[in-house]
Amino acid sequence: MTTEPVSDQPRRKLRNFALLSNRAGAAFLTPAGLLVSVFVIVPFFWIIFVSFTNRTLLGKTALNPEFVGLANYLTLFDPSNFFQRGQFGFSLILTTQFVLASALLGQALLGLLLAWLIQTVPPWVKRITETFVIAAWILPEVVIGFAWFAFLDRDQGTLNALLTGVGLPKGDFLLEQPFWVIVVFNTWRGAAFSMMLFGSAFSSIPPSYFQAADVAGASSWQKFKDIGLPLIRGHIVTDLILITMWTFNTFTPFLLTNGGPSYRTELVSIYNYRVAFHDFQFGKGAAVGVIMMLINLAFALVYLGIGRKKKG
Amino acid sequence: MSNRLRSLALGIIGASAVAVPAFAVDLDITCRCVIGGVNSGTAEWIENSVIPAFEAANPDINVNLNQFGGEDAQLTQQLALDFSTGAGPDVTAFDGFLIPSFVEGGLLKPLDEVAGPEVDDWSGWAALSDGSRALMQYQGKYYGIPLGTDVRMIHTRKDILEEAGIDADTWQPTSWEDILDAARAIKKIKPDSFPIQLNAGVAMGEATTMQGYWLALLGTGESVTDENGKYIVSSQGILDTLNLYKTIYVDEQLGDQRAQLLADGRNRSFANFRDGVTALLFEGDYFYRSVTPEGSEFAVADRDNVMGWVKVPAEKPGSGIRGQDFVTISGGTGFVLNPATDTPKEAWALLSFMNEVEMQNAFQAIQPRITARTDVEIPNSPFLTEASQALLPLTTARPNDENYNAVSAEIQRMTEAVVSGELSPEEAMAQYKASVIGIVGEENTVSLL
Repeated sequence: MTTEPVSDQPRRKLRNFALLSNRAGAAFLTPAGLLVSVFVIVPFFWIIFVSFTNRTLLGKTALNPEFVGLANYLTLFDPSNFFQRGQFGFSLILTTQFVLASALLGQALLGLLLAWLIQTVPPWVKRITETFVIAAWILPEVVIGFAWFAFLDRDQGTLNALLTGVGLPKGDFLLEQPFWVIVVFNTWRGAAFSMMLFGSAFSSIPPSYFQAADVAGASSWQKFKDIGLPLIRGHIVTDLILITMWTFNTFTPFLLTNGGPSYRTELVSIYNYRVAFHDFQFGKGAAVGVIMMLINLAFALVYLGIGRKKKG
Repeated sequence: MSNRLRSLALGIIGASAVAVPAFAVDLDITCRCVIGGVNSGTAEWIENSVIPAFEAANPDINVNLNQFGGEDAQLTQQLALDFSTGAGPDVTAFDGFLIPSFVEGGLLKPLDEVAGPEVDDWSGWAALSDGSRALMQYQGKYYGIPLGTDVRMIHTRKDILEEAGIDADTWQPTSWEDILDAARAIKKIKPDSFPIQLNAGVAMGEATTMQGYWLALLGTGESVTDENGKYIVSSQGILDTLNLYKTIYVDEQLGDQRAQLLADGRNRSFANFRDGVTALLFEGDYFYRSVTPEGSEFAVADRDNVMGWVKVPAEKPGSGIRGQDFVTISGGTGFVLNPATDTPKEAWALLSFMNEVEMQNAFQAIQPRITARTDVEIPNSPFLTEASQALLPLTTARPNDENYNAVSAEIQRMTEAVVSGELSPEEAMAQYKASVIGIVGEENTVSLL
């Protein structure tokens, strides 16, 4: 709560609006509080604890894990192999590239473009476009993953059938350009959110602004650059932070490539899964999890900070 | 509680007590087997022979077969996670090499500890062959009943060898160079083909280590561990093996690199053999008895005339393990009990019933294999008879060690790094060395270079 002196007026108002006594409120909060502590807070501290051990699922260290201090973290940041494929550093860099290409450039830019373009088209075109873009967003991940896998397959894939149909050579996309496949996939998958957010932001701009610009003879680009963009700047920041966090944590590309071939699409979330649940190294996996939590925490703090600044 | 609610609750309890007889027991059994799919014979045997006969003999027990259609490594993953939480099937098919790591992790218990002393009284133990006893044993205790063992060889497409001017009926390579020369000859007349399949890569899991890496490494005279059980992390044998991979997949494209790298690569490699793209495929007898029979997905047309097999040669004559000219390696599978089963007596009853002579004979009728029991009829299968006679005397086993599974994963990574062209054999071996030291500790490794 703020420490600045507050006038009596709003405080009394607050009290008037309280529906329950403090005790009753606490009683109603307890079940939710218990659930949150059992399923969120306890595992959180458990993961931090496990990350300092060499616990595994198989072998001797499953039953008798030892405390190894920072060893798991040191292995992750071992400079001798940090940048090798299949190592943590490689995944981290790959994920950064993935976020830049698919979230910031792909989703946000495409969403912005779509949102701007559908402001001016006939309503039926707008509705159809929105339906398709949102469908890509709300369909279940497994269905989407399988559909893309089938679409891109070299021998029986739809895309190659189309390419050969117009006389172009076949591509071996999943093997030769796996990174670009997951970038395009994630852009396609997530552009809807940015489009909806920007779309509603654009429609909150009073139409008179644009009408005045029309009278002055402004081009579409000028209206976009000088009226649209400045007025939705706040939305853009919010959007960028949210999609950065989501893209950083996404696991769906696993359904297309399994993180391969040769770890070339192993994002940190997939790396974490492999270490913990495929190699069964719980200690090391927990250390990756802790680092991911810290990175997310940083994003969340930036996000909250901006939100607070906007209110102030 | 109001009277009405109370009577409702009592009514429900009463009704459910009547509906479900208190003594009925449900047993779940899992295998990587699907009728009409992978390991179809095993699924047919359990569904059509074992379950009806067992349920007839034990009217109070219902048995349900879970047909797992994923990869071997995925079943391992599921079983490890299930067993660690006390869930999972009561009886499951299991690869013997995983037993040490599961036992040390507390995920498997000796059979007599799970099901009681009657385990030791089972008449079937005496009928197991000496070699097969060890397959499901660890530190002198049984964790499951072995079904059988296997041997590995090179399966050949005789029709393609003939096309390339090689007399397929007498061809027996005696060195790696012989294999490569044959592959080059085939590649010459069929430039789009990938004559050799020597498993590599992470996606194939243990099939990479067992059917690929081991078969080459043993030919250099080395094994994964030395005579003291220490893991060899740097040696000429490893380098020669990795260079063989490099020759096949990178330098001369004699093998299908994609099939090693993609997630469904093993099936792709089977399809290559079926379609005549691959002519020399390193696999176990499993490939003959379970993958290619008529009616299965990868059935080879006119199999009796088209398919043959040869022994895997050492790098050079006499350079193989124990000075052998030819090498092979065996594993074994069987069924184990879930240590957390609610009904251990019934689960053991099912496990032992499956391994009685009558049931094993029924299995042999569906799919002849090298059985663990010595008193089982061997149907007339020239392939199996010849292969087991020629190869069982030459065979080797994997280390019965709790860390083998983790080291094997590093082997798969090492081969993938070379096959994908990402690392040179020297770099890949250096990475392997660092990883294995991380798993077993430097004192349990040895460098021969």
